[in-house]
Amino acid sequence: MSFPLLTATAAVPAIGAIATAAVPAAKRTVAKWLALLFSLATLVLAAVVAVRFTPGAKGPFQLTESHAWIRSFGVRYELGVDGIAVALIALTALLVPFVILAGWHDADPMEGPEPNRRWRPTQGFFALILAVEAMVVISFEATDVFLFYIFFEAMLIPMYFLIGGFGDRAGSGGEEHSASLRSQAAVKFLLYNLAGGLIMLAAVIGLYAATADQLGSGTFSLTEIVQARADGKLALGTGTERLLFLGFFFAFAVKAPLWPLHTWLPGAMGESTAPVAVLITAVVDKVGTFAMLRFCLQLFPEASSWATPVILVLALVSILYGALLAVGQRDIKRLIAYASISHFGFIIMGIFAMTSQGQGGATLYMVNHGISTAALMLVAGFLISRRGSRLIADYGGVQKAAPVLAGTFLVGGLATLSLPGLAPFVSEFLVLVGTFSRYPAVGIVATVGIVLAALYVLVLYQRTMTGPVKSEVRAMPDLKARELAVVAPLIALLLFLGVYPKPLTDLVNPAVDHTLSVVDQHDPRPDVPVKADAEAAK
Amino acid sequence: MENLIALLVAAPLAGAALLLCGGRRLDRAGHWIGTLFALASFALAVPLFTELLGRDAEQRTLHQHLFSWIPVGGFQADVAFQLDQLSMTFVLLITGVGSLIHIYSVGYMEHDERRRRFFGYLNLFLAAMLLLVLADNYLLLYVGWEGVGLASYLLIGFWQHKPSAATAAKKAFLVNRVGDMGLSIAIMLMFTTFGTFAFGPVLGAVGETSEGKLTAIGLMLLLAACGKSAQVPLQSWLGDAMEGPTPVSALIHAATMVTAGVYLITRSGAIFNGAPDAQTAVVVVGAVTLLFGAIVGCAKDDIKKALAGSTMSQIGYMILAAGLGPIGYAFAIMHLVTHGFFKAGLFLGAGSVMHGMNDEVDMRRYGGLRKYMPVTFITFGLGYLAIIGFPGLSGFFSKDKIIEAAFAKGGTEGWILGGAALLGAAITAFYMTRVMLMTFFGEERWRKAPTPSPAEPSVEPAAETRGEYTPPHPHESPKSMTIPMILLAVGSVAAGGLFSINEAFVKWLEPVTDFEHGHPPLSASAITTATIVVMVLGVALAYFQYGRKPVPAVAPRGSLLTRAARRDLLQDDFNHAVLVRGGGELTRALVQLDHSVVDGAVRGTAASMGGLSGRLRQVQNGFARSYAVQMLGGAAVLIAATLLMRGV
Amino acid sequence: MNPVNYLYLAALLFTIGAAGVLIRRNAIVVFMCIELMLNACNLAFVAFSRMHGNLDGQIIAFFTMVVAAAEVVVGLAIIVSIFRTRHTASVDDASLMKL
Repeated sequence: MSFPLLTATAAVPAIGAIATAAVPAAKRTVAKWLALLFSLATLVLAAVVAVRFTPGAKGPFQLTESHAWIRSFGVRYELGVDGIAVALIALTALLVPFVILAGWHDADPMEGPEPNRRWRPTQGFFALILAVEAMVVISFEATDVFLFYIFFEAMLIPMYFLIGGFGDRAGSGGEEHSASLRSQAAVKFLLYNLAGGLIMLAAVIGLYAATADQLGSGTFSLTEIVQARADGKLALGTGTERLLFLGFFFAFAVKAPLWPLHTWLPGAMGESTAPVAVLITAVVDKVGTFAMLRFCLQLFPEASSWATPVILVLALVSILYGALLAVGQRDIKRLIAYASISHFGFIIMGIFAMTSQGQGGATLYMVNHGISTAALMLVAGFLISRRGSRLIADYGGVQKAAPVLAGTFLVGGLATLSLPGLAPFVSEFLVLVGTFSRYPAVGIVATVGIVLAALYVLVLYQRTMTGPVKSEVRAMPDLKARELAVVAPLIALLLFLGVYPKPLTDLVNPAVDHTLSVVDQHDPRPDVPVKADAEAAK
Repeated sequence: MENLIALLVAAPLAGAALLLCGGRRLDRAGHWIGTLFALASFALAVPLFTELLGRDAEQRTLHQHLFSWIPVGGFQADVAFQLDQLSMTFVLLITGVGSLIHIYSVGYMEHDERRRRFFGYLNLFLAAMLLLVLADNYLLLYVGWEGVGLASYLLIGFWQHKPSAATAAKKAFLVNRVGDMGLSIAIMLMFTTFGTFAFGPVLGAVGETSEGKLTAIGLMLLLAACGKSAQVPLQSWLGDAMEGPTPVSALIHAATMVTAGVYLITRSGAIFNGAPDAQTAVVVVGAVTLLFGAIVGCAKDDIKKALAGSTMSQIGYMILAAGLGPIGYAFAIMHLVTHGFFKAGLFLGAGSVMHGMNDEVDMRRYGGLRKYMPVTFITFGLGYLAIIGFPGLSGFFSKDKIIEAAFAKGGTEGWILGGAALLGAAITAFYMTRVMLMTFFGEERWRKAPTPSPAEPSVEPAAETRGEYTPPHPHESPKSMTIPMILLAVGSVAAGGLFSINEAFVKWLEPVTDFEHGHPPLSASAITTATIVVMVLGVALAYFQYGRKPVPAVAPRGSLLTRAARRDLLQDDFNHAVLVRGGGELTRALVQLDHSVVDGAVRGTAASMGGLSGRLRQVQNGFARSYAVQMLGGAAVLIAATLLMRGV
Repeated sequence: MNPVNYLYLAALLFTIGAAGVLIRRNAIVVFMCIELMLNACNLAFVAFSRMHGNLDGQIIAFFTMVVAAAEVVVGLAIIVSIFRTRHTASVDDASLMKL
């Protein structure tokens, strides 16, 4: 038996979480370095996964591992990756070290002589981040529906504590007030996602019942179910399939989040610290959109096509609604949260456009959005930690005092508005083209989103960074070495993937083609196909 | 030779990267590094040009394929360049004028602490603009298209501490984004129609598709051109863009970037040729803008805004010409090049005047400056003569050809377009003479302290009004600024004539843009005479109004039209009322909606759950006997249910 | 005598007991009424035992007596301790065990 690489990729951060949590209270710095070390080790393993993976090889999944787990229910411990999963595992493993580095001081115990100072367990903060990483990674790897479900739900626990337990420096209302807002946001996050998860659980059980009924023994294995469908051994009734699809989709749409199930996100991102906000939107939420591609489409192809019109409309509403609400925000982090809702609209639109450009673009979008939001949000976090306020109106003229901070913020913003040359443009354009080629009207309306994106990003930049220097901002220090070490690689990556996204597209294309073949969809043909030899002549 | 094309783009890009990431270490030499990279690009362009000249007319297209950029299914975007006569013309203009303006900026920005960054942005602009004209497919063109938008954003807002500059920059980017929407829809249409968006295959397959599709693509391209080239109805950003440093106005908002729309339409000529309706839209936009810009230019007292109105109007001419089809493309580009020379020269002259006048921009505070700045006066004067179409100078040749082509459109349409173009020429002569007279002739109005202006109450009283007024000391600018001005003046004088020898320019472009001789209903000489007559009329009118009478130091209230023109013909007021205010209301309403309805539905469910449990709690009142009643009742219900079930 | 009459008597006793539990406030009386209900059940069990001719009902009656005896022990102890602390034997006064 070969080395269980995928298990190791998920196990390393899990071990890291335990090790970090076990560090004695006084040795905070040790815990931080330990967490960073483990996250880097995960990154190395993820890189090995990416190297060992051969795009376009036979079979949908590679590096598979399969062991019986709960025999009586046919649950298996089954892991495997396709190109999409590899890309997202790489994204997760890449972002977590930056999240840890950016949150280096976020969980330090408060300074000051007050007797009832809140003791924030630094160890816990970093252990929880690693725990989330472990669960996200295994969710990307699981090809057994039940195994996926367990970690999809278990992720909520560490996330709940990360959101509820750690926040920015107290705002205007004092520590008590912000703590209560924070716990409200955490509870809301938990309830929304639990509600989604419960409905999904019902659908998971329904799926088991259906397979047990028709195949003799029930199974949760994605590959087996897809194979059985292809062989005609398994035929869910139209009604059953649609219900099960809705059950799965609801959970993923809450996590993604899709309008009108989005209202937990601004609170959760606004109240938590910037690194945790990045973890939510750049990593955890991606499990939702990823699962739509892997589970919704492949398990229930017919129901997916059936639901497409409604989902496209909801995605379109998300795009425009999120962007318009971002324009109206007064809080920097909530603004970024609404921008993310708009971007998730694009991702979902791309997935359900059912074209190779749409789905390939959506996958790229997941990666690029992760990087660009991380860059923007982490710089915003650095900015907020300097001034102790999340309100846009409290800033002005930062550019003068801290030009590097302003410059990186601008680049992050430009990535968010999908400027060509930066990575998000590639994915956004692919999604638009992919949607347009099948649903022209939807594609055209969605392009309005690019104007609105420019509006909210530039308004944010103008109000915070330009104009006369406010007195509170005058002495603001520029980015420190640690902070620059967080931002610079992210920006470099945005540039690189904007200019040369081919490694990523090569990775993703075969997986997308496979998904489309399972769903039995083909790209629309152009009206006047230009002869291939004209292309070749160039 | 082909392999040099990428270097054209790479040189300024490297300069930008070096200057923007290099940090303070480069502050002292940054401006020379930037200039060096611009010159390097120009130095690369020259041998490429000679290479092209050495080939047969049909062989003058070079391709360079760098790498596959976005390959997803049938969607194949490449990073590949195409250098043909049209691109070459632009490359020479961009790198040539660009290098001159780099040199000029060394002097102009001397006292700015962020000069290094300024040159970084300028280099970034050059790289993006070169990418725009060298791309061999529409998607890569789009990258350059947005890249120049970014550079323009950064440079308009270069003095970010001024809220007006930051607002103007944002406005420019946003209005441009509306245009970009058009370009991206056009690319998507091309992809669904042809399965590709590379120039060669798309333009080659135009004949096989329906006119409706071509019209749709053409209109979307026109929308893009309107945004970038400040054409009605997306023109409102150009006037505000004058908040940027003057070299920026000269390079980006006069000579190069704003002409990208003309490039786009000319490049897509085959599409427009197949879509007459789209062409009609193009000429309408061009004709309306050329009058619109000219009228606005007449009323502005800010020298740069007057020139901005003029730019808009001149690009209107180019768009008009490009909309005429093969009879106009070559002249559109020719006017574009000559305009690049004289308008850049005029802006640099304006910058030189401002440099000597403590950054004053109000022409009513100028006057009689020819004595103090002779070089500026002469170069500006030559640019002036070129733009009004003085016979023998550049503008005369190019504009005259456009007016001829407009008449040659034929029918009533031809008369209307030709008339509009002639009227535009008259107004051009009027407002440019006005600028000239108010700046360099007449009384030296700057010697007196300014009086607060009732016409523009928004202008803050200058610092001098509060204390003792010290008049500025107008002086000639340093060599680094005057030499570029002189070179541009030479171009303004000679370019048109050189291009017209033997129709050299038209023949050079013909393989790319096609060319047909137009047949105007009047003879060419009659049109030329008419052009000269209206020019003289415009000059005379301006002379009587501004040369004979003293110019009031405070703008008179003026007629209704003047007041409207001062406010950019109320376009901004309309935008503000409808888009800004309406959009603000919409977002506020949506924020409220999100809170009260979407989130409210969920919170309402939670609250009603809480309320329900509160009700149910009351049942648990602690009285043992009430629990006993409940038990009895429960038992009775159970028994009754059992009996009923059995009975059924 | 027809054994059904015993059932009628049992039902009557049970009703009296139940009404007493609901109406009376004195804990001792409530307690006695509960005993009355239990004994009504016993009577019914024995009557059924007789009617069906097997011993199941009688055995259950013994169980009930044991349970009733145990209940009396615990219940009286509680009542006495409530009386000691609150100086009342009214069940309505002991209403603190609620949410």
